[in-house]
Amino acid sequence: MKYSVFSILRNALTGNRAWTPVWRFPTPRAAYDTVIVGGGGHGLATAHYLAKLHGITDVAVVEKGYLGSGNVGRNTTIIRSNYLLPGNTHFYEHSMKLWEGLEQDINYNAMVSQRGVLNLAHSDGQRDAYARRGNAMRIAGVDAELLDAAQVKAMLPLLNTDNPRFPVKGGLLQRRGGTVRHDAVAWGYARAADQRGVDLLQNTEVTGIRVEGGRVRGVETTRGFIAAKRVGLAVAGNTSRVAAMAGLRLPIESHLLQAFVSEAVKPMIDCVVTYGAGHFYVSQSDKGGLVFGGDIDGYNSYAQRGGLPVVEDVMEGGVQLFPAMSRLRYLRQWGGIMDMSMDGSPIIDRTPIEGLFLNCGWCYGGFKATPASGWCFAHTIATGEPHALNAAFRLDRFASGAVLDEKGVGAQPNLH
Amino acid sequence: MLIPCPFCGPRGSAEFSTVGSKPPPRPVPDAPPEAWHDYVNIRDNPAGVHEELWQHVHGCRQWLVVTRDTRSHAIAAVKAARP
Repeated sequence: MKYSVFSILRNALTGNRAWTPVWRFPTPRAAYDTVIVGGGGHGLATAHYLAKLHGITDVAVVEKGYLGSGNVGRNTTIIRSNYLLPGNTHFYEHSMKLWEGLEQDINYNAMVSQRGVLNLAHSDGQRDAYARRGNAMRIAGVDAELLDAAQVKAMLPLLNTDNPRFPVKGGLLQRRGGTVRHDAVAWGYARAADQRGVDLLQNTEVTGIRVEGGRVRGVETTRGFIAAKRVGLAVAGNTSRVAAMAGLRLPIESHLLQAFVSEAVKPMIDCVVTYGAGHFYVSQSDKGGLVFGGDIDGYNSYAQRGGLPVVEDVMEGGVQLFPAMSRLRYLRQWGGIMDMSMDGSPIIDRTPIEGLFLNCGWCYGGFKATPASGWCFAHTIATGEPHALNAAFRLDRFASGAVLDEKGVGAQPNLH
Repeated sequence: MLIPCPFCGPRGSAEFSTVGSKPPPRPVPDAPPEAWHDYVNIRDNPAGVHEELWQHVHGCRQWLVVTRDTRSHAIAAVKAARP
């Protein structure tokens, strides 16, 4: 069923009895052309673009839980393309352009809201660094504006700009950045892929990857063996575990990132704000709750729940920026497992095993990349070659030294 | 998470910092580039028992080898990195 104002009206007049299930629950077939492991945002987007742009519809998405049960439903919903390095800027800008046309593409309301992303600067040096980043963005065709302290204050009346230790000196604003309803991204891509014939296999856990003669043959699952000519892994925090089934050892550590939401209040923050002196970012959901987060916990974790020191650190950052937040109660806190790479940038590439493709290393920036990640991964799987947009995200860059380290901190994932 | 420091007793994890996995032995200086790549970049990243290096930065400043389960954060053993 195509969603439109007419379908809403028709169903409203007929007692909402004509709505059909959003996707099928198929029985796994014995063989597929392509199997995508991981039914999250990136896996589902990959399936959609494989079917739509490359005509490959003999595809199964294998998911151990329910669709969107991992990080695509656990993030703080922010989209932006404010990167410095060319290998990243063009990729994330492509993602931003796909966000801008996403709802028409998949006929699903993902609530894409380009409300602006503002990075605050707290020293002259930081403002200079933002000017440099803003210039790099504009050279690459991305929008960026450098604001002074008065402009920031006008945008955010509740912001504490006069902290004596970390005064607000200005900020870098990307107006096209913003937020997207995260679950709807997974649901929308899933529905679009399903409509083109992709089988979405939920509650099907991959337990092994069959490799014969250096070539992938398929995946063992809890619902039996599924043969495939090509297998793509998009399993975020579990990448090391799944890749180990094919004998791969990767430059990845799994870390935990927490997110928080407060009780709903009237509008107080109308863009995404990031704190430049600590690690804190916040936006306000359409329901009114403040959605915010901070640093990763800092040690390897597969626990999907966070530790209290980071909770305290995030709250301190928030209250320092917006003193009014001290009067709010926070409703929920949750954690997701991040696949932290050694240079803070992702990997979308082939692997040494023929037919096995890898999409990982998203650190804690995977959500904004969802459309471009799926788009580039689909291209890489369909053609066997990386696209120019993901040419820098090679798996062998760590061995060759051509790393893509935005922060310049080296091979220590808990600093990225 | 409480880490039982062998020098200071059980302390909150906020007193410590970590560099992650306990690294394998350092390659000899003229080892091939693959050995150095493996040493610098590749991680086992287990879901389960994990040996890692922590420093008690806000305590005795000693480096510790902590054996911890990455699924439950249960700590099985802590010993000084330098015996």
